[in-house]
Parts: sequence; structure tokens; C-alpha cells
Amino acid sequence: MAKNNFDILIVGVGGQGVLLASEIISEVAMKSGLDVKKSEVHGMSQRGGVVSSHVKIASKVYSPTIHYGQADVVMAFEQAEGLRAVDWMRPDGVAIVSETTLVPAIVTSSRKFSYPDDAVAEIRKKTDRVIAVPADKIAGELGNPRLVNTILLGVLSNYLPFDMDLWTAVIRAKVKAKFIDVNLAAFGRGRQIRLENVEA
Amino acid sequence: MKELLSGNEAVARGAYEAGVKLAASYPGTPSTEILETLATRYRSVYSQWSPNEKVAYEVGIGASLGGARALVTMKHVGLNVAADPFMTQAYTGVNGGFVVVSADDPEMHSSQNEQDNRFYARFAQVPMLEPSDSQESKDMLVAAYEVSETFDTPVMLRMTTRISHSKGIVELAEPTQGPEKKFVKNPAKYVMIPSNARMRHVALTERLERLRQYSEATPLNVVEKNGSKIGIITGGVAYQYVKEVAPDLDYFKIGMSFPMPLQRIAEFIKAHERVIVVEELEPFYEDQIKAVGYEVQGKAYFGHLGELSPERVARGLKEAGVLKTVPVAAIPAAQGMFPRPPVLCPGCPHRGAFMALKKLGVAVTGDIGCYTLGVLEPLNALDSCICMGASIGSAIGMEKVKGSEKGTVAVIGDSTFLHSGVTGLMDAVYNNSNVTVIILDNRATAMTGGQMHPATGKTLMGDDAGKVDIPTLARALGVKNIAQIDPYDYDSVLKTIKEQIAAPGPSVIITTRPCVLMPKRIMEEPYVVDLELCNGCSACFRISCPAIEASSQANEHGHPKAEIDSSLCTGCTLCSQICPTEAIMLKSQYVKG
Repeated sequence: MAKNNFDILIVGVGGQGVLLASEIISEVAMKSGLDVKKSEVHGMSQRGGVVSSHVKIASKVYSPTIHYGQADVVMAFEQAEGLRAVDWMRPDGVAIVSETTLVPAIVTSSRKFSYPDDAVAEIRKKTDRVIAVPADKIAGELGNPRLVNTILLGVLSNYLPFDMDLWTAVIRAKVKAKFIDVNLAAFGRGRQIRLENVEA
Repeated sequence: MKELLSGNEAVARGAYEAGVKLAASYPGTPSTEILETLATRYRSVYSQWSPNEKVAYEVGIGASLGGARALVTMKHVGLNVAADPFMTQAYTGVNGGFVVVSADDPEMHSSQNEQDNRFYARFAQVPMLEPSDSQESKDMLVAAYEVSETFDTPVMLRMTTRISHSKGIVELAEPTQGPEKKFVKNPAKYVMIPSNARMRHVALTERLERLRQYSEATPLNVVEKNGSKIGIITGGVAYQYVKEVAPDLDYFKIGMSFPMPLQRIAEFIKAHERVIVVEELEPFYEDQIKAVGYEVQGKAYFGHLGELSPERVARGLKEAGVLKTVPVAAIPAAQGMFPRPPVLCPGCPHRGAFMALKKLGVAVTGDIGCYTLGVLEPLNALDSCICMGASIGSAIGMEKVKGSEKGTVAVIGDSTFLHSGVTGLMDAVYNNSNVTVIILDNRATAMTGGQMHPATGKTLMGDDAGKVDIPTLARALGVKNIAQIDPYDYDSVLKTIKEQIAAPGPSVIITTRPCVLMPKRIMEEPYVVDLELCNGCSACFRISCPAIEASSQANEHGHPKAEIDSSLCTGCTLCSQICPTEAIMLKSQYVKG
């Protein structure tokens, strides 16, 4: 029997679209006939703080949160947040990390803290199973900076057993009509990116 | 029909299916989305925001007296505010079914404490149901109305953040009407003068005995047999964590957690060599089981602080000798990472007040809302935060004992002021306090997502509404010194706060800018930094605006010069007002040299 349980941790910064991405994955999983739970914390996290969403897919899901260190995929919308969360991943998992950098005001205003020079390189020191995604660059080429989450979903789709038709249907249902085509294009660009194509 | 619903959405769906006629609440994480879902998706249920949880609770009592099924929802600390009607409604019982949802916040993701509200059910002797996922959140709400009407009692549905904010697949049912009832006069039952209340206390005690029998029989409490010698007693989200890490043990899953089914639990304990209790926060089950003489173990392995999680439960079970191995993380955690705390938004109208308060060095008693973030670096401008409305009373006490030589200022938001600041301000007038109260009026309950309140002119369901005028209200309370200020005008903010601290008697300063996110996102022309004029002094960095970033250029000391992200800048102008070299200007005025 093919593997059908997947634990996906999605991290980013408030406002980046983490929750929409986890919503899309969960809907796709449900429509495929599997059980799914997703968990995140609202409230304080909205104000530019770290946002994380746990998505668990299986024939029967119990815990709404992932067992620490056991995520099959860590998907980060921001590279330093990818570094902060990569320890949640199993050694044979995949880290999908957008090269996006967002330096918080606390780092700028306080000399106590520093932002890593190259968070993707730091992640690579911990695991070679990293896909660094130039998501901002691709989004720029597609003419809309707000496509980072859909591009990452495209990358992720290579590691989940769901048909392209399901992804397409859910994206159509979840994004505004005038943005459907560009989101599907962004998803398609992401889907071309796989671990084995990435130069480490 | 199946849908992916959060626990909160599932409760709203349950209210719709159960034929609830009225729902009332005050917003509070993690409970807020229950009423928001009713108001958007299930509009056949009349739903309203009340000024606070106590009023919401009392509105619910009235609807129940009137014969309708009523729902009131609140975060855990909201039930402290509503505890007064809650404790006595336990005596009167109900007419239409009545359910109070208490959404607790273990781990304090967005709260000032992590009190375990299960004790409230026992305290009031009110039955309590504890769902463990979204499906149960819906189904148990429906069941709660049956319990409420069968036993003539309010019922508590106790949620936690992980239940409220996790989504799962929910099988939906068709909506029903609920029983048709009208108000029937019955003062002996509903008028709690001492002679009646004594009788009702007897009725409450008898009801509790019947509820105990119900709890022993109800399918809300489930035994799962897998043939293990070790048994687990658990409930709420803790059940899901234990099932995740030890699926093949025997389980006693508690769904009705007050009164507890202690006889059935005793049978379960006798049928196993060893029984472990897994519950989040306090030893609520464990202590009650031990009190009837059974040896179980629990808190010794799992602790009572914060949220449980699969790994915490697994480690506890390993320590207990139940599990031999526990999966561990193989990839080491990053060390020395910077924090990324939540911050006031770019253009937030609270920023100017905190910049001024920091500069003045006065004692600042704070309150609950976005502005609580004023405590964080680099603003560091808040000295206390206890509960909704506490800023004003605390400032009065501090000022009476002259605890702060530079003066005492209370800082409170508009929604919090209406929730429970009004009585504090009344106290300041009545007792001749010299406090200065800054009401940060951004015309929204912003921290929970911009909900309406009695001074916004709109209801939860979107209708036009009467509007409290805050300056008029302050004047009516007897405050003579009232100033309204534009919080984007830094010099005037500073000057006004100084004047009002010096003025005798209580004074009120009201800021006049709306929240930049609600009801409409405000984006005026952005500002830019002229890097030739910027000297890298970092004054603008210290106002903690997410739009201001370090540029790649540095001054002679190696300190970075500033730049502004024009996609985030709202054009509030504060940074340009405090820039000593006038390097920050409107984008349209910036001419590249």
C-alpha cells in the first residue's frame, strides 16, 4: 500500500498567506477521501509574528498537531522561519523553503539580535533535503508578488499523492475569480521544482 | 454532507442545527469565530456582541426565560466577568435550553492566564461537556441542549484553543426547530430572594444527583477496549494526543466531565492493572478519582503547565513505563535565533501615544488589546496588564499612594473601556483621583479581528445601531478635563499628556484615528528615506514600525541607515516627525540628487 499519511508543517510571518495554503491542502486531502486535521493559533500571531499551521493527513487522524521532529514536509514562506522550524522535520523529509527574507523591526532596532546572513545555507548544514525556492523571483515574473504561497503549493504537490485535477478544483474555489489563472500558472511553475532538480 | 470546519465553526453549525434562537458574546480569542460564523453563515440565529461577557450572559438568560434556546460564548477569562449570573443561574435553571461555551487557552497563546475553567462547572455544579475535535464540538453542543432542557440546568461546553482553532471533517445534519416554549411566570424559580434561593439550592442538589446517574449511562462517555492491561482515562484534546502515540491501549474517554461517571470509571480501573490519567492543565479528573479512593497516576508524568502535545504525552508515557521508545527529533534546532514577536502594525494609531509615554517616563497601567504590545521592545511603555478594564482602577490606586513621582497614566482601548473601563472612570471622578486616562479609540475591537462594539454604530449582524459617544459619556460621568488628540501629531500628543497629568482631578485623553486595518485598510502615500540625509541615528528604528528597515548603507560607526518598505508604509508620518535630520519625506517630494 502506498504511503497515505503526511504531516506538513507550514511556517511564515503574519500576512504571508500561510493559513490559505494550509486550507487548500486540507480541502484537497478531504476531497481525495482521506481524513485531515489542521491546526493553527490565531490572535497575537496576526500582528507580524510567526504563524505556523500543522496539517495532518491519514486514513484516520487523531492529534491536530504534528509530533515534534516527525514532519514529512516543512514548508517555509520565509527562509529564517524555515531555519527556525527545520528541526520539526524527519531526517528523510523535505524542507521547501522560499528564499524570501523578512527582517523584523526588533532586529533592526535592537543590537541584541541579528538576522542570519544566509538562512538557507544554515538549513543545508542540518539537512541536504532542502528545496530553496526563488518564489519572489517567480512571482515577479508572473507579475504578482502575492503568489509565493501558490508557488510553494506547486512544489509541495510533488510530494503528495493527489491528482492535479483536485488541486486545480480547490484553487479555483478558494481564490478570487480574476486571480485564478495567475494562481494556476504559479502552481504550475512550482510543480516543476523538485528536490532532484535542485543544485545543492 | 461533509465539511472541513474549525471547532468554533462546528459550534456555530451545532447552534444552527439545534434551533438556537439567540447567541450573545463579547469577542475573545479563542472563542470569537463562533459568533462571527453565526452572523455570516447561519443568519437564522439572531446573534449579537454585547459590551461584555456578563451582559452577554444575562441576555442569554433572558432568551432562555423567554422560552428560546440560547447560546453564550466567551474565552475562559470572560467567564470570570460573567461568573455572577452563571453561579446563580445554576440555581434558577432554564426555560429554553441554555449553553455557555467556555473557550480556554492552555499555553496562553493570546491570554493573560491559563486558568482551567472545568473548575467553574464543579464550582457552580453545572454539567459540562468536553469535545475532543470539530465533529464532537457540533454534536456535543446539540446534546448539551437536550441535557439543559431535560435537567432544567445551564450546561457548559468547554473548548480549548486547539479544539476551537483546529479544523477537521464534520458530518453535517439538517437544522431543527427546537422546542416551542414561551415565558411562564414562576417567581419561586426565577426570583432569587433568599427564601426562594434556599429552595433552589435544594433543587440544584437533587438535580446534580440525577445528572450523576445520567453521566454513568450517557454515550458521551466512551470506553474503548483494545485488550491492554494499562488503561488511559482522558478527555478533550488530550485524548487525541494519547491516541496518536499509543493507539492500542484501553481508553476511558470522558465526554461529560462534570459530574464525572465515577462508578463506570471505578469499573474501568478495577479491570486494569494500572490506570494513567492524561488531561491538560489541572488534575481535574485525577483529583476527583483519587478522592473516591482509587489509585491512578497522571500529573506526575505530564505536568500542569501549558498545552500538551504528542511528544509531551509520549515522553510522559515513557517516564511512566508505558511506552518503551519515543520518536525524537533528528535535526538539531537552530540556536540563537532572533525572536519575531507580534508588533503594532505600520501606521497603528497607538504608536504615537506609546512613544510619548516612554519619553515622559510616567507609570503606565495598561489593559487588554493590541496596545498591550506597547510593553515590548523597543517601545517598553507599559507597566501593568491584569484584565479587561484594570488599567483605570490600578492607576487610581497607584496615584492615591503616590507610587510614581512623574504621574500615573492609564491606557485603555475603546472596546475595553466600554467593556469594563466605564466604572473605573466613575471611581476616578467619585474619589477625586488625579489619574490621566488615555482612551485609544480606534473604533474597533481590534486585537480579535476588528469586531463591532457599542461605539461603532454597527451590530454584529451588520445593522445600523445606536452609538455611544465616548467624550459625552466621560463628561456625563463628571470628568471635566477631556482632550481629543490626533495620535499622528507627535508634538501635540506629548504636550497634551503633560498638560493633563499636571491638571488637577481626573482627565481623559481620547485619540481619534481609526485602526489602520479596520474596517478598511488605510494606505496613504508612503514615505521614503533620503539616504544622503539619514545619519544612521536609529531614532526611527526605536518606534518599532514594521515598515522601517535597515538599508544596506551604514554611517561612519557602522550603524545601518534606514529605509522604508513602501508596500507597508501607510503614510502616518510619525517617523518623519521624530527624524532629527529630516531625512524622511513623502515619496512624491523626494527628488533623487
